[in-house]
Amino acid sequence: MGFAHKHLIDIKEYSKDDIMLMLETASKFKEVNERKIKQVPTLKGATIVNMFNEPSTRTRSSFEIAEKRLSANSLNFGGSSTSTVKGESLSDTVETLCAYKIDMIIVRDKHAGVPRKIADLSGVHVIDAGDGKHQHPTQALLDLYSIWEEKGSFDGLNVGIVGDIAHSRVCGSLLPALKIMGANTVAIAPPTLLPARPDVLGADEVTSDIDGVLPDLDVVYMLRVQRERLEGAPFPSLREYNELFGLTRKRDSLMKPDAIVCHPGPINRGVELDSFMADHPERSVILDQVYAGILVRMAALYLLLGGSNDGIDA
Amino acid sequence: MALMLKGARLIDPQVGLDEVADILIRDGKIVEIGHDLKMEKGQTRDLSGKIITPGLVDMHVHLREPGYEQKEDIESGTRAAAHGGFTAVCAMPNTDPVIDDAVGVEYIKARAKEVGHSRVIVSGACTKDLKGEILSDMGFMYEHGVRAFTDDGHGVQDAGMMRRVMDYASQFDCVVMPHCQDDSLVGEGQVNEGECSTRLGMLGWPAEGEELEIARDIALCRLTGCPLHIQHITTARGLQMVRDAKAEGLPVTCEVTPHHMFLTEDDIDDTYPTSLKVNPPLRTPDDAVALVEGVKDGTVDAIVTDHAPHTDWEKDREFELAPFGMIGLDSSLAAVLTNLVHTDIISYDRMVEVMAVNPRAILRQEPVKLEAGSTADLTVFDPDAEWTFEISDIRSKATNAGFLGHSFKGKATDVYVGGYATMEDGVVCEPGI
Repeated sequence: MGFAHKHLIDIKEYSKDDIMLMLETASKFKEVNERKIKQVPTLKGATIVNMFNEPSTRTRSSFEIAEKRLSANSLNFGGSSTSTVKGESLSDTVETLCAYKIDMIIVRDKHAGVPRKIADLSGVHVIDAGDGKHQHPTQALLDLYSIWEEKGSFDGLNVGIVGDIAHSRVCGSLLPALKIMGANTVAIAPPTLLPARPDVLGADEVTSDIDGVLPDLDVVYMLRVQRERLEGAPFPSLREYNELFGLTRKRDSLMKPDAIVCHPGPINRGVELDSFMADHPERSVILDQVYAGILVRMAALYLLLGGSNDGIDA
Repeated sequence: MALMLKGARLIDPQVGLDEVADILIRDGKIVEIGHDLKMEKGQTRDLSGKIITPGLVDMHVHLREPGYEQKEDIESGTRAAAHGGFTAVCAMPNTDPVIDDAVGVEYIKARAKEVGHSRVIVSGACTKDLKGEILSDMGFMYEHGVRAFTDDGHGVQDAGMMRRVMDYASQFDCVVMPHCQDDSLVGEGQVNEGECSTRLGMLGWPAEGEELEIARDIALCRLTGCPLHIQHITTARGLQMVRDAKAEGLPVTCEVTPHHMFLTEDDIDDTYPTSLKVNPPLRTPDDAVALVEGVKDGTVDAIVTDHAPHTDWEKDREFELAPFGMIGLDSSLAAVLTNLVHTDIISYDRMVEVMAVNPRAILRQEPVKLEAGSTADLTVFDPDAEWTFEISDIRSKATNAGFLGHSFKGKATDVYVGGYATMEDGVVCEPGI
């Protein structure tokens, strides 16, 4: 039986079962990644375009590795050579790509809604690798995977997301995904970094008092302070941000003994995370998240391009 | 040349008229209104089943000429106006160059005379180049017939500058029409701040960004005495400020658009439809209900389209890169008939007030009445025509219409300007007013 979705654009279109299938499929790909030769022929012959219209190193690299390990043919399209720099419209760019007879477009763009537009225009499979301040569904899936590996279940799990929720596409996917999976969510941020309606994203609770909620959290998800995207100054200084919202060593004592710390990377040490927390051997799952990125992206490529969970070992 | 319009229902609240009668027109004027009128020679039109009202005026339209003729020009914009049932439009001055001096005013007037399918009432900028820094040539423009000044598209950011605009304008018989937008709050806002901006992951354009300038400009109206007309009001609280100002006796009027009444932020779905990207943005359903209530209770003086044409390639873009604005001339009357009149929210009389009588009064134009001696600017519509709005119904150069696909009841069929047909049986006539 095929997978129920053609695209991975809006995580809210995925059911709990869809997401669990994605995580279980990702888990099965661990075996491939532990081989000496980390490649299977599963997607041999499929052509995937990595259309990165804004700078990205980590997400693009992660997708590329996932594609290569599944033997897909991939084309990197974007950067300073992008046609938009030459004045071509998005529609014309997409139609040009489609004339290459491709199978999937993975798109990162600084404007919200671009992946949906590409899906409507192209008719090929589309994965949103981050659109503006809107969504970043594979990031949410890798976060869920890391949490699931540590905690085993989402039901009743208390997850706090700390930081720049207003400008975060990670939150745009992660908060709704956590709600779909049955977790409780708390948005923790200065009011200047909250969106107009955190509840619309899926935040059950909103607070600016991290110390008040920290003792209840099973997962503390620290967002990067996106210094390049902060119009105006939403807080007076990085030092004050660290004092009020940073996960510092002194906050360790407030946390549950088995609470874990997540971060989408790259980390600003000394701002949102102290090194003590970033490198904490029991709490920090930050590097596990990076590995999970490979696994869930392999799973997403595999499921969307027509694979089924049964055929994975073939 | 005489013209007889027979058998239509004539509606004009200015003269207390609502009955089936004939209109005899000669030399551009209404000569007689009565039953079974006779005429020696001339053209007779049987308009049984239709309604005739004083010609509709859309007091907020972007004709884009000069400078942006790829989007629209005076010929195509007024063609859409005639097609939608309008006898006159007020052209906004945010062209290139900006209409901020007498030369620009005369250009528009000359072009309209040459190629127009409707009258074109020229508005002038409040400040040079719409920059909010130096007064425009208001006096010269006034001498050339301008009675309305606006920096539409931009709020005048500095309160002191806005005071100067209104103080200076108050020596003329004119109105100042602000586009209320506080840039320090609105910034790069794309859609209404709240549910919509959060759901779509785009920067919000908060209601308060509009309301602050409405409050400020009402205060400046109190200070200067200058007549004030708030453009395209979109929020319940903004409208309440106008209601209060009117109760206080201040010379304040306001307008709303069909799209802010009949569409809301909820219509902007995850396909990111750029035809629904307008400025100010579509607001909440509660706001839309309040605007309709304002039309009903008299707080709203005029319904306008803010007809804002853009090329397909400008609108077929990423939402955040597409320009603001939707066209509306072809669909405005039909949308109002369908959503306000046929639903018994307002009467035909009230519709005539907000689409014909009040716009002329606010713009200091001579009234048009259904009585002998009046200029024969007339709108004829079939109140029962049922149709679905398709691209083929558009006469504008542009197609960025927000109401495409909507079902309407009621459609303009004939339009007369100064006794000459600008549209007959739904076909727009050759230009030249």
